Formats: sequence, structure tokens, C-alpha cells
Amino acid sequence: MELLKKLAECWAPSGREDRIRTLIASEMEPYVTDVYADSMGNLICRKKGNGKRLMFAAHMDEIGFMITNIDDNGFLRFTNVGGISAHNCVNRGVVFENGTTGVISYEKSVKDLNLDKMYIDIGASDKAEAESKVSVGDMAGYSEGFALMGGRAASKSMDDRVGCYALIRAVQLAESCPNDLYAVFTVQEELGLRGAKTASFNVEPDLGVAIDVSMVGDVPESDHHSLSLGKGPGIKLKDASFIIHPKAREFMLKAAKAAEIPYQLEAAAYGGTDAGAIHLTGGGVPAGTISIPTRYIHSPREVVDIADVENTVKLVKQMIEMGI
Amino acid sequence: MKIEEILKKLDAPLGVSGNEEPVRAAVKELFAPCCNRVTEDSLGNVFGWYGCGVKNAPLVMLEAHQDELGLMVSGVTDEGSLLFCTVGGFDPKTLPGTEVTVHCGDGKYFGVIGAKPPHLVKDAGKALAIENMSVDIGFKKEQTEKIVRIGDIITLNTGYIRLAGSAVAGRCIDDRGGLAAVVRTMELIQKYRLSCDVVAVATVQEELGLRGARTAAAQLVPDAAIAVDVCHGVSPGVSDNAFPLGKGPVVSVGPNLHPKLTRQLLDRAKEEDIEVQIDVDSGDTGTDAWEIQVAGTGVPTALLSIPLRYMHANYEVGDIRDMENTARLMAAWLLGFKGGDQLCY
Amino acid sequence: MLLKELCELFGPSGWEDEVRNFILSRIKADEIIVDSMGNIIAHKIGGGKKVMVAAHMDEVGFIVSGFTDEGFVKFKTVGGILTTVLVSKKVLLGEKRVPGVISAKAVHLQKRDEREKLIPMSELYIDIGAKDKDEAKSLLNLGDYGIFAGEYTEFGDGLVKSKALDDRVGCATVLGLMEQEYRNDMYYVFTVQEEVGLRGAIIAANRIRPDYALVIEGTTCSDVYGTKPHETVTNLGGGAVMTAMDRAAVSDRRYFEMIKNVAERENIPLQIKRTSMGGTDAGSIQRSGGGVKTAVLAVPCRYIHSPVSVMSKNDFDSVGRLSAAVLNELERSDI
Repeated sequence: MELLKKLAECWAPSGREDRIRTLIASEMEPYVTDVYADSMGNLICRKKGNGKRLMFAAHMDEIGFMITNIDDNGFLRFTNVGGISAHNCVNRGVVFENGTTGVISYEKSVKDLNLDKMYIDIGASDKAEAESKVSVGDMAGYSEGFALMGGRAASKSMDDRVGCYALIRAVQLAESCPNDLYAVFTVQEELGLRGAKTASFNVEPDLGVAIDVSMVGDVPESDHHSLSLGKGPGIKLKDASFIIHPKAREFMLKAAKAAEIPYQLEAAAYGGTDAGAIHLTGGGVPAGTISIPTRYIHSPREVVDIADVENTVKLVKQMIEMGI
Repeated sequence: MKIEEILKKLDAPLGVSGNEEPVRAAVKELFAPCCNRVTEDSLGNVFGWYGCGVKNAPLVMLEAHQDELGLMVSGVTDEGSLLFCTVGGFDPKTLPGTEVTVHCGDGKYFGVIGAKPPHLVKDAGKALAIENMSVDIGFKKEQTEKIVRIGDIITLNTGYIRLAGSAVAGRCIDDRGGLAAVVRTMELIQKYRLSCDVVAVATVQEELGLRGARTAAAQLVPDAAIAVDVCHGVSPGVSDNAFPLGKGPVVSVGPNLHPKLTRQLLDRAKEEDIEVQIDVDSGDTGTDAWEIQVAGTGVPTALLSIPLRYMHANYEVGDIRDMENTARLMAAWLLGFKGGDQLCY
Repeated sequence: MLLKELCELFGPSGWEDEVRNFILSRIKADEIIVDSMGNIIAHKIGGGKKVMVAAHMDEVGFIVSGFTDEGFVKFKTVGGILTTVLVSKKVLLGEKRVPGVISAKAVHLQKRDEREKLIPMSELYIDIGAKDKDEAKSLLNLGDYGIFAGEYTEFGDGLVKSKALDDRVGCATVLGLMEQEYRNDMYYVFTVQEEVGLRGAIIAANRIRPDYALVIEGTTCSDVYGTKPHETVTNLGGGAVMTAMDRAAVSDRRYFEMIKNVAERENIPLQIKRTSMGGTDAGSIQRSGGGVKTAVLAVPCRYIHSPVSVMSKNDFDSVGRLSAAVLNELERSDI
């Protein structure tokens, strides 16, 4: 879990993925033929092979905040980078790239709360002091770190560092690789699957698999979601961004059975993953998504089940070894 | 073939977005006799190629989408009935009391969409949400779980009805009506000597966000394209942005559409004495034309629409005369199209 | 199959002709009367008590109430149909069975608040494809009746889906009972207009003046998703349903106990309806003349009064067996 902790705690809001890219590149280099970043910043790790091109995508970026204004008293106004909701960030800690820490709070009452009525307090006593630490345009991420809760783990940015973890470990553990393998760590997923679009354009895969987190329905009074924590990775058949291609579905189910792991099927009305971008690349690419069941997505404490994570590693490893 | 015959052949097979195999087979069968060759891409878009024999002739794309709305199983209730999400934009109000088929692997199961009984619904004026409905296939939970898996497709058992006059009702006249017009056009041009090559395209996943058209147009980047889809028909309470049935096709104008191509279509309609109506679209037409226009280096695109009442309900009502006239108009325009500077600004 | 044939007949309240003719062609009795409202009263003469066995022929449906200039058909519902199940369904209208679909404003054109609301009846029309009022009028007349279109379909674990299960299950059961001989003075009655206020049964009971009545019905069953256990009313597959009390009638206490005992003795599954909502012909019959001892046996139907009501063949069978056993018991004992 050391690697997952390192990945989750790494600072990398969408568009500012340099740190996580360096971290992942160092993990991947010994195991693949080629590691390079494309012009958007996607990290493309290729294990050269003769077969068809098989692409995996896990996104490196996390949701965060961007400073839009600094007032006379040194308080910062901000906008969201990706899906931040007001109720999740009330009185939560944030951290900037240079290590400056802050807390998010709100005007008057939590009733009808929205981000326009919220601000970040970095402990500055006036504008000058604040400006000596941060500037308009700087980004911040949640500061809450990794914590084990029995067989489960909570952290900021499990979305999608847990996917990155599964992909890294699977490539590291894979004993064979019949395909031309592309393990891609994408950028800017939280802003609309942007990195995956260009990465997939460059790679031109024959089949794409995204690895991402997905909502569960196993908490009190939850709306219906087919996934539960601890019952294995999900094979996502539909969300708002894609509907699975029959070839991708067949490949994924075959791998899940061969890997002898528990798995769950998922059909969702909402949400989107990099598979949405991959499948519309060029003349079209069969694509699907492996979902890692996750509670409290887009909060500073996203919770996953460790057995699910390890089973996801096994599933991805199986896909790599089985090939298309 | 009469337009209604084509429509019936296209309306019968299923083709829920992303699962278009059955209708794709019908499309190929209809394309085959009037095309030189028929191809399919990795997402399932079908292309029917017709060459005019002239070297370096321009390529025209005639397009309609093959997919239709459907439902997908998302879970099983304690009572053994199926929870579902929609594939495409259904109106939940049309669903209670509807007969459906659940497609499970090789098996098919009959079901009905039930809902919490109305006398138990507290706010009687409120429509039921999808979350409060389920598909009853008549089995208890244990049996249901053996038969059905999450992700299985559910289709409505809505049949084709010939109504009065030339009106027809069906499950997915959107866009099988458009597709029928495209097939009919390919038939009509057989007897012409054209100066352009034509590719008839039946796209996938339009209902999920114009997805098939994006990849189809990216591969073709044709010299011109005409998308054929449906628009709202006039019905009680619906008059704005709606068009009477039987007086179409509807030619769209606006930024999504190429002005010269559109003008030519309107001129040809006048010359051939084909009745048309004009729709003013100030931006996104919500049709495949929106994706085709910006494919590659850009495609001059026009949009013809068949007026349709009750779009995305169980039964959609259209008029076969509008489909036939759409085909006649496209064929007439193709006859005069030679490329070159005909579409240059 | 008898039930299938019955279910697929056209018989909205007030226009039961097709059902009536079908039943008349099938029954034999010492005396058969069709009264002024259209009830069938089939008398098989016997020596003992006067026993009336009743089921209603009519089903919920529609009546044409007007035409718009554009050729759309205005309609009213006949009997209790909730607007929830009307939108975008296929219907058949008039003697020519003109097909039509009930309109549904396209979801794209609905404003946000409209999307969350039911469409009021005043905004629903039947679309028969007519191009204008004249064409519509050439196909239909004001006052023509209509029904939901739909076939009888078997599915699931011994279940049946059809329109009009309420009360063709009753008609089929009574037709089955008529094939047996009972020693009492038996009146088999197929009533009209139950769905618009238990109307036909009033005059039928006045004519017969029975001592006992047994009404065979289709009844509500809500053992479906989204319902709490205490709201289910009956269970599909739970057996025949007997009503203790509804809005129209309280069953005779001793008659009620007798039926319970018979069911137990004959090992026929029986459930007691868990609500006091609804009403049946028993209400009209019970209070006719000097009063009549009545009981109601029913087949539980999910999604009743919709085009897709659902029943269990086992329950239907239980109602048949139990009603026969009750008629036998009425020969033996006085209540």
C-alpha cells in the first residue's frame, strides 16, 4: 500500500500533473520499452510488441481549486477545477503546489451554499502577505492524506490514483505481453476526458480499457447503484460517456473469468470515464471501463476496499497477459 | 421498393444504441442491391458505396442513424423485478404500463413496466421517476438473478401501425424514417447518370450524442453531406418549432448548415415541384449534421427532417409521403451535383 | 383458450356487445335473459336456495368526445384509468376498431416543471393519423367506444399479462362453473357497467332476488417494487382472494367463515384482501330487495386497469376450484 499512499498523496490538480507524471514514470521505466509524455502531458508507457495495440488509461489528475481573487484582508476567492461540490469542501484543508496550506470556509450560513460564497483562508493577515505566497491562477488540492480503515483505505484523490496504482502494478507483475501495450496515464480527465482524447488519437489503439473509480450503492439510504464495496472490480457497461462495444465487453468478461476474481457488472445513468473519449477516436475504437468501487467520490475522503484494488490489479494483469 | 415497404423492413429489427446488430443486418440487405459494395467500421456504422464511374468524382454522404432508444438493466429488486436506466432520452411518463422484451444472452423474456401503484403515490399529480419503476418479468429474485444480468438490453414491444391516410406509428420512426429515405434515394439514383460518387451511411449511437456520425464523417470527410433525421410534428399543444405532417421534408437553415448546399436543395425542390418546409435553427441542430460539419477539414452539410409527432415516446407518428419526398429531393439534387466550385463561397 | 379469447374481446362499460355475444354462444341454461341494460341472466332451475353467481363483462376503456380541426380525437376514460398509464399507448376505437395512439408531447419540448408532472387529461388526445376533422369524422363518431390494444401473453413463472383481466377472469370462472350441475336454483349472471359504478348488478339482483350471491372478480395486487409490505393488498401466487370489507360491501360474517373453512378443508390457497379500498358488484347485490348474503372471490391482478394487468395461473385455478367448492357447500348447509 506504500505505492498507493504515495500516489494518492501526490499533488496534481487537472492541468498541473507534473509531479504525478514524474512519480509514475519512475515506477514504470524499468518495466516498459518506452516512456514519454505527449504535448498535453499524458504519460505514455509502451511495451513494444507485434500484436494489436491494447491501450489502458488511468487518469493522473485530481479535482481541485484555482484562485480567482485575493482580497484586502488576504482571503482567496476560488473556482473549481473539475467536480467540486460546496458541501464537500466546507472547512476542509487545501494545499498549494509550493506547500502553502489553507482552509476553505463560507460566508454566513451553509444554507444555499455555493462556491461563490466560499473562500480560502491561508492565514495571511492582509493582501500583501497572501500575495507573497500565492497568485491568482494558482491551483490547490485537498490536503487530506491516506489512511487505512481496516481492510479499506481513505484518501483524497483515490479518483483516480487507485486506477493508476492498478495499472502500474499490473504492468510490473505481468509475465507476458502478446500485444503492443500502451499503459497511458492521462491528464485533465476531470475537465472532460481531455487527455484521453489526444492520447488515444496518438496511440490509435485496437481496443481501449479505462480504469477509474465508480459510485457504490451500499451506504445508508443510497439511491440504486449496482456496485458495492468489497465485491470485486466492476465491469462498466454503460455510463453517460459510452456504451460498451460488444468486442470490449467480451474481452473484459473473458479476462475476469480467467483471472478467477470476483467482479460486478455495472450500468450507470450518469458519469463518464476516459473510455468515452477513447471510443470516439479516429474511425472508432472498441472500449470499456474497469470500475473500482469507491465511496464518497469527489470528497477529500474517497474510500476503496483493498481487496477490490488487488483484484483490479489481477484483472488488468490478466488482460495484459491474455491479449486481444 | 415502395417507401413503406423499406420502412417496415427497417422498423421491425431492433437497434438500441450500441447494440445495433439486428437493424444493421437489415440495412446491409437493403443497401446491397443498390450499392457497389457495403462496408462496416469498428463501431458498426454501415456504408453503402455507389460509384458514378467518373474519375475523381466528388463524394457525397447521405446519412441517417440506425440506432433507437432502449433501456438497460441496472439491478434486481427484492421482488425480483428489474431496475433500469435509459439508453437515450426517453420520457419516463410514457413507460408505465408498457410491454417490453428483456434480452438476456440468447434468451428473450417478456416483461411489463410496472410502477408503484398510483394509489400509494403521495403526490398524485407528479410523474413517476425512472427510479420508481421496474420491469416485472414474473419471476422471484432468485430466478431473476439466474436469468438476467446487469447491462442486458430491454426493448419496448411497440409494433408498427398503419394509421389513417399515409400516417404511420412505430417504435422508432426516429430515424428509421430517415434511413428509409436514404435507401429509397439510392434506389432512385440507379436510373440516373450521376457526376458524383455517393456513400449512404447508417450511423450508430446518435441517441447517445451523435457518436457514430463523428467517427463515420472522420473517416470519409466527403465533399458534401446530407443528414436525414426527424423534427417535431405539430400536435395539440405543440406548435412552436413544429411542422405539420405530410408537407415535408423540412429543410433546415442556420449556422450548422451550408448555405449554398441548402439553397440548391430548395431550388431543386421548387423545380421538381416537391413541397418543403423550412426550419430555422440558430445553432446546434441536435442531429448528426452537427458532427459531420466539423469532421476533418470540414464538410458542407445540409439537414432534411421528417416531421414526427411524439418523438421519443413509445409510439412516434410520421407520414410516409414525407419520407418519399425526402428521397425524391435528395435524388434530384444528386443529379445536378458535380462538385468543383458548386459549393465554394 | 377460453380466458385468452375472453380477454381479447372488445367490451368497455356500455358497449359490451362482443363479450355478450361470445358468452351467449357458449352457454346453455333453462332460461336465458338479456335485460334492458345488457346483463346476461342464465337460469338453471333447481330445488333449493336461489344462488346468484356473477362476474362483470365490461372493462375500463375510452369514449370519443370530440375532434380537433387537425383531426385529433378527444376522449374521456370509461371507468377508473389513471393518466399514468395512458400516455403513448395503442388503443382501438369504434366498431371498425380504428387503431390510434394516445399523444405524448415530446420530452424535448417539455419545460422542466412539465417533465415532473403528469399530463392532465385535458391535454391528452388520440392520434388516428387523420389529416383533418373531416377525415377523423369519416372514421369515428362521437360516442364511439375504445379499449387498450394488447394481446394475452403468458410469461414468467406461470403468469399471464393481458388487458381486461378484470373481470374476464370472472367471466371465464363463471363459464367453468356453468359446466357443473348444482342442486340449488342457480342464476349465472354476466353483468354490464361494473366499472362505472356497479350498475348492471343493481337491476340483475332486483330481478333475481337471490338468497346468496357469489361475485367473481379481478382485484388489486401491489406486491411490487416500491411498495411497503403493509401496502401490498394481495400477493400474486398467494391464492384466491376473499374480501372482508371494501367501500361497497361488508361480507356476511357466517358466509365468510364458511368459505374460509371450505378453503382449508379442500386445501385451496386463500388470502384475505388487506385493504378496504375498491368495490364490486357485491355492493349492489347485497343491498337489493330485502338484502342478500354476498361474498367476493377474486384473482389478484398486478397493474389492474392498465393495458398490462398481470395474474398468476395458479391463483386463477384456485378461484375456480374454491368457487365450485363453495357452491357445493351451499347445497349442503344453511348459513
